[in-house]
Amino acid sequence: MGKLITEPNIPDPDGFYEELVGLHEGLTEAQSAAVNARLVLILANQVGDREVLAEAMEAARKAAQSVIDRQEGQEG
Amino acid sequence: MAQSPGQRIFETPLYPYRRCADQEAGGPVRRKVVVVGAGPIGLAAGIDLAQQGVPVVILDENDKVSHGSRAICFAKRPLEILDRLGCGERMVEKGVTWNIGKVFFGDRKVYEFDLLPESGHKRPAFINLQQYYLEQYMVDRVRELEAAGAPIELRGKNCIEAVGVHDDHVRLEISTPEGPYNLEAEWLIACDGARSPIRSMLGLDFVGKVFEDNFLIADVVMEADFPTERWFWFDPPFNPGQSALLHKQPDNVWRIDFQIGWDIDREEELKEENVRRRLHAMLGEDAKFDLEWLSIYTFQCRRMEKFRHGRVIFAGDAAHQVSPFGARGANSGFQDTDNLAWKLRLVIEGKAPESLLESYDAERIFAADENILNSTRSTEFITPKSPASRLFRDAVLDLSEHFAFARPLVNAGRLSVPSVYDESPLNGPDDAALPRRTRPGAPAADAPTREGWLIDRLGNRFQILAIGTDVPPHFEEAGVEVEILRLSADESPEFRERWLGEAPGAVYLMRPDQHVAARWQAFDAAAMRAALHRAIGLE
Ligand SMILES: Cc1cc2nc3c(=O)[nH]c(=O)nc-3n(C[C@H](O)[C@H](O)[C@H](O)COP(=O)(O)OP(=O)(O)OC[C@H]3O[C@@H](n4cnc5c(N)ncnc54)[C@H](O)[C@@H]3O)c2cc1C
Repeated sequence: MGKLITEPNIPDPDGFYEELVGLHEGLTEAQSAAVNARLVLILANQVGDREVLAEAMEAARKAAQSVIDRQEGQEG
Repeated sequence: MAQSPGQRIFETPLYPYRRCADQEAGGPVRRKVVVVGAGPIGLAAGIDLAQQGVPVVILDENDKVSHGSRAICFAKRPLEILDRLGCGERMVEKGVTWNIGKVFFGDRKVYEFDLLPESGHKRPAFINLQQYYLEQYMVDRVRELEAAGAPIELRGKNCIEAVGVHDDHVRLEISTPEGPYNLEAEWLIACDGARSPIRSMLGLDFVGKVFEDNFLIADVVMEADFPTERWFWFDPPFNPGQSALLHKQPDNVWRIDFQIGWDIDREEELKEENVRRRLHAMLGEDAKFDLEWLSIYTFQCRRMEKFRHGRVIFAGDAAHQVSPFGARGANSGFQDTDNLAWKLRLVIEGKAPESLLESYDAERIFAADENILNSTRSTEFITPKSPASRLFRDAVLDLSEHFAFARPLVNAGRLSVPSVYDESPLNGPDDAALPRRTRPGAPAADAPTREGWLIDRLGNRFQILAIGTDVPPHFEEAGVEVEILRLSADESPEFRERWLGEAPGAVYLMRPDQHVAARWQAFDAAAMRAALHRAIGLE
C-alpha cells in the first residue's frame, strides 16, 4: 500500500456512520445496491487519483475475502 | 424491399470473371505478390504495392462489393491512407460528417456531446459511408492504375482452394467458373476476412473472446427529419434491456442497430414484418421507410498470435477481429497494409533484410491489442455481462444526466485513433523537447503549410523534414534515396505547435507510411544514417 489513507480521516465518525446507514433506510437490497453504486462513482471522482483508486479497490476486495470464501463454501 | 435487385451496387458484379493468361500457361506461373481477398484491406494492399511499382495480383472468390453497408464509419487516419492510395477524395465528397452525439437511457436523453473537431486538418475526425461505396471507389482506383500501366490485376471468381507453403514461395490452387489452375506467389498477403480460409488451411490459431450476443442491423431509406447525429440508446422502451443505435449514411440511408440477445430465432428476427414492427416501435407508427439491407451479426474480439508466417502475411479481419463498437475493423486493417506495403517493397527490391517484416508483426500486433482492448471495453459497457457490471453501467448513465464527471465514463464506442508505435524496433532517437504528439512511432500530425496540407506532401518514400534548419541537398543511404522536404518554422500556427513546440528548428526522418522514424533539433549526418539503417531493419 502506498497512497491510500488507512489511518482515521473522517471527523465525527459516529455521525458519518449514522448518515451512511440512514441513506439506505427503507430500501430493498436492489435499491441499496443502486445507491451504493452511485455513491462509489461520486466518491471515486472526488478522489480522482488512479493509484489511490486502484489501492482502494484492492483493499476492499481483500477485506471482503472472508465473506466471499464463506459464501462459496455454502454454495459448494 | 424498395429497390428491385440489380439496382443495388452490391448485387451487381463489379469485377466479373475473365479468363487470364495464367490459366493458359502449361504450369503454374510465378507471381511476385498475390493478395487473397478483394475486401477493403486486400484492395488497399494491391493498390499500395502497385503504386510503388511492385507487381501484384488480387484474387477474390466473389465478384461484387461488400454485401450491404457493413462498415460505415471511417476515421481520419484511414482517410489519410486512402488519400495516399488515391481514393480519399471521393469518399469524403460522398460521405456524411457528424459532430453531435446524443445518449439516451430508458425513455430520456441523458446528455449530448459535440466532438468539436480540432482545426488545421485536411480530413475530418471521421465520415459515414457505406462499405460498398468505399469498395467501389477502390475497384475504380485499381482500374485507373491498370489503365495507366501499373502492374496490378484483379481477378473475380478466383477462389483459393489450397495452399502449399515453401521456403521461398507459396503454391496456390485456384478454382474458377472455367475450372482450376495453379499459381506460385513469392509473397502471399492473406486478406480473406474474419473466417480466413487461408488461416484454416495453414492450421493457425485465432483465439480470443466470444461475445454471446446478436445484433440486428437494418439499413432503412427514409426522408426523416432526424438531424445528422449519432443517437445511442441504452435500455430504450422500444428495446427493453438492450441497446440501439441510429446513424446516418449518404443517400438518406440510416443504419439502425438493435441488440437482440443471445437466444434468438434468426429466421424469425429477419422476417420483414418483424423488423418493421421493431422499427415502428422506435420511429413511430407513421414512420415511412424502405428496407435496404437486413443482417444479424455476432462478434468476437481476437487476433492471431503472429501475423507473419514465412511467406504468408495476414492483414485485416483475417489477422484480427474486433466488435463493431468504435469502428475499428476496416479502420485498423488499412493501417496494417499501410505498414506492410513499403516494407515488403524494400525486401522485394533487396534493399532491406527479410527481418524488416518482423516489425510488421511487432507494430501491428501492438495496434491490434490496443483495438481489441478498446472494443472489448465498449462491449462490456454496452452489453454488461454480470449484474454488477449492469449496476455500475446504469449508475453511470443516471449520473451522466446531472453530473458532467460521469460522461467520460459512458462508453458507447471509442473513436478509432491510430496507434503510436512507441516500442517499435524501427524507432530512432527522439528529442524530448519537441512536441510529444510527433514523437518517433507516431503517425504524422497534419497541419496547413504554405504549399497545402502537410499530409499531402508526405508518404510513399523516406523523407527528411527540415523545419527552419539547414540540411544537405541530397541524402542517400544503403541504396535508399531520401527526399528532402524543406519547411519554415512558421508555415502555420498548427504546424509550429504540432512539429516544433518551443524549438527553433527540427529535423524529422519520416517513413513511407507517414510515421515518424526519428527526430532531432539539428541535422547530423551520422545520426541520420544510423536512424535510416534502423528504420529499414539493418540493425
Ligand atoms: C455490422 C458491421 C459493422 C461494421 N462497422 C464498421 C465500421 O463502422 N468501421 C470499420 O472500420 N469497420 C466496421 N466493420 C468491420 C469491417 O466491415 C471489416 O473489418 C472489413 O470488412 C474487413 O475487411 P477485410 O478486407 O479484412 O475483409 P472482408 O471485407 O471480409 O473481405 C474478405 C474477402 O476475402 C474474400 N475471400 C474469402 N475467402 C476467399 C477464398 N478462399 N478465395 C478468394 N477470396 C476469398 C471474400 O470474398 C471477401 O471479399 C463492421 C462490420 C460489420 C459486420
